[in-house]
Amino acid sequence: MGLNIVVLVKQVPDTKNVTGKAMKDDGTVNRAALPAIFNPEDLHALEAALRIKDAHPDTRVNVITMGPPAAAQVLKESLFRGADFVALITDRKFAGADTLATSYALSCAIRKIGAVDLVLCGRQAIDGDTAQVGPQTAEKLGMNQITCVSDIAELDAKKRTISARRSIEGGFELVKAKLPVLLTVTDEGFEPRPPSARRVMMYKNAVASASNDASYDECYMNASACADDDIIALWDIASIKADPEACGLAGSPTKVKKIDSVVLTAQDIRMVDASESGIAALVHELIADHTIG
Amino acid sequence: MDNFLTDNEDLLFHLDTMDLDRIIRLYEDDFSEAGVFPHAPKDVADAKDNYRRTLEIVGQIAAEYMAPFAPEVDATGVHLVDGEVVFAPATAKAWDMMRKAELTGMTFARKYGGLNIPLTIMTMGGEIFSRGDASFLNLGLQQDIGETLERFGSEEQKARIIPLLSRGEEGSAMILTEPDAGSDLQAVTLKATQVADGSWRLNGVKRFITNGCGRIGLVLARSEDREGARGLSMFLYHRDKHTRIRRVEEKLGIHGSPTCEMQFNDAPAELVGERGRGLTKYTMWLMNSARLSVASQGVGIAEAAYREALKYAQEREQFGGPIIKLPAVYEMLADMRISIEAARTLLYETARVVDMKEGMERIVEHHPEREAEYKSEIKKYVRLSAMFTPIAKMFNTEMANKVTYDAIQIHGGTGFMKDFNVERHYRDARITNIYEGTTQLQVVAAIGAVMSGTATAAMDEYAGEDWSSMPAALLKGIERTRMLMEKAILHVKEQASDEVTGFHARRLVEMATDIIIAWLLLRDARHAQRKLLVAEAFVEKMQAKAEASTNFIMSENSAFMKNCKQVIGLAE
Repeated sequence: MGLNIVVLVKQVPDTKNVTGKAMKDDGTVNRAALPAIFNPEDLHALEAALRIKDAHPDTRVNVITMGPPAAAQVLKESLFRGADFVALITDRKFAGADTLATSYALSCAIRKIGAVDLVLCGRQAIDGDTAQVGPQTAEKLGMNQITCVSDIAELDAKKRTISARRSIEGGFELVKAKLPVLLTVTDEGFEPRPPSARRVMMYKNAVASASNDASYDECYMNASACADDDIIALWDIASIKADPEACGLAGSPTKVKKIDSVVLTAQDIRMVDASESGIAALVHELIADHTIG
Repeated sequence: MDNFLTDNEDLLFHLDTMDLDRIIRLYEDDFSEAGVFPHAPKDVADAKDNYRRTLEIVGQIAAEYMAPFAPEVDATGVHLVDGEVVFAPATAKAWDMMRKAELTGMTFARKYGGLNIPLTIMTMGGEIFSRGDASFLNLGLQQDIGETLERFGSEEQKARIIPLLSRGEEGSAMILTEPDAGSDLQAVTLKATQVADGSWRLNGVKRFITNGCGRIGLVLARSEDREGARGLSMFLYHRDKHTRIRRVEEKLGIHGSPTCEMQFNDAPAELVGERGRGLTKYTMWLMNSARLSVASQGVGIAEAAYREALKYAQEREQFGGPIIKLPAVYEMLADMRISIEAARTLLYETARVVDMKEGMERIVEHHPEREAEYKSEIKKYVRLSAMFTPIAKMFNTEMANKVTYDAIQIHGGTGFMKDFNVERHYRDARITNIYEGTTQLQVVAAIGAVMSGTATAAMDEYAGEDWSSMPAALLKGIERTRMLMEKAILHVKEQASDEVTGFHARRLVEMATDIIIAWLLLRDARHAQRKLLVAEAFVEKMQAKAEASTNFIMSENSAFMKNCKQVIGLAE
């Protein structure tokens, strides 16, 4: 029995491969210096979905991203690896969204897709590192959530339950939940597959196109049957029936006051005598300079 | 992310400058599958873009899933557990990645689940993943076996078997060698017997079978009641309980690849093509295909070793500076790099020639009415393929041995240790000039072309191009070497002795190979100034070598040959 899965992905600046000055003089991110990539943990989330599809061939993998038109690249990458349907949520009114506004828009898009069994996303994006969007989206959908998942131990499509291995400090816990459920995935498991050469040939020219359709699936259900067609759905604020007040800057309580580029300078290490008195002296010192206490 | 295509300037150079247009048109039969298969290209540019993207995926897999684990694969090796081969986990994973990337049927027709990629591009893929892990032979083998079947199998066999290979569900093997039939395959004794229902049973032992554990096999067996090549046929079999893997060999290198000894006990099999053509037609075809793969493997291994050596020479300080500054070291590195570029240009010219032949033969197969149009060209490319394939196999695998040898030398004592990759590359390279026909057999395959004029005709064709922009000294160097070669050929011909020809064959074939490479490097120089430096350095050394060879050939050899035999106690 197949499942209907939504994977939430994000295009992010590649913070590991900075080709120029990462920050502009005004303290904002210099996107031109940072190549845009598929957020690494999202790629693991996509892999988790594709493995479910491998095991349950009727499964449908829908991939959604919110971002500027260029973000369609991560959707193409998803098609290359096996996604059945992809949609780009894009609208000027989404600009300046914080995690709350983002999760609201994503939850509206997921509702548009309809009855969903699983929502998968990376634990966090390498640009913001908040790890908030996944949990907030689950809250808005009134869905169970399991965060920091490194493996799916069992998925029973008939009984509609899932057991996921969740990374916690010093070990892991096995959490069982009823479907539908949202999982946020870490990069510990689900090593992403490479793109398929055949699918790359099929979808390399895929472009995003606006649809004024009420039901997305009429035009796009048969994505795999057509190459070079407009198979990246383009959804704006109206098509996902989102409240403009809850989107973008208007819907974002987070206000950035100032961004500092903090340069950490390493200092010499200091050896502390591994004795009761040595440790006591260190603790005393840390309390004195307000590091702890 | 690391990528063994995009980080390789010279490989990209060939991908970008190679003349593929006609090959693409032939392979795509004027784009007849565009619109039929969603992944079929609609024009030349589209096809080229597909190739590049495909190779990028190969490059990604080689860099991310092969190279980092190759030392582990080398240390783990393969094991025979309860009659089944167990691969190193990293090898199994790399295969799985290849499957997921849908690369396991790269060269097969689209209707059988393939990507219809020309051999030239597959050869580039071979170079790339051999750089990642030289023991990863499954993919190249899979293509060779599938293509042989595609070429000579029945429609029913193709439709049943090739999709399995395309999906990578089954591994495959070419099962030729026996304990007493190595280089001399005419001596094969494995028995094929036809039973009442018309099907066949195989009985006997095969040895040194790469990936013999693969479920799909092409087996060379004696079906006719006569000796020699004409008694042999080719059989397709699906491995089951009737075939036992008796052992896997412990080898010097390519530890990740299982080399199996197999015993066939009444194993059911089916005939491929016609009886009695097993060796002379099908195995020869299969073998030539495999020789091209091994030639690409040589370049891949050498590339890996050269990169290690260059890096080490830049970092290692002795006598108050990095050792790369020492003339003895930088000459060695330059020789390595030049010979890799020489091998690469020969490799892709060979692949191009074979692709032209294959492409035209395919067209004629699909459109018999066009035979007359292609007849003379096919003849030409058949002849060229028969010469280029063995010389590329010979040159590139000998080159790989030399480059990996020197890569250890540059590392000094460190290179002798297992902690560094170069000793593995050295061990892995050692088989390349042995399997799919030793260098000595490649010489036998190529000497006819060198003596008969096929080689000089090819050289004439290169020489006839417009070289006016190239330095005169360089052109003169090539011409001079050619004169030396022709002098030597004439001398050998005058002896009218098979033994003399056999004795000097390698020297003659190597001279011809060098001259062809010189022209190819010069052709490359039209696209990049840097290649002129490579060509100049290559021609310089080639002349000196040709001079020595010719002097030796022209000297009084009968006495020398006699001495050789006496030294080792070989009776006249």
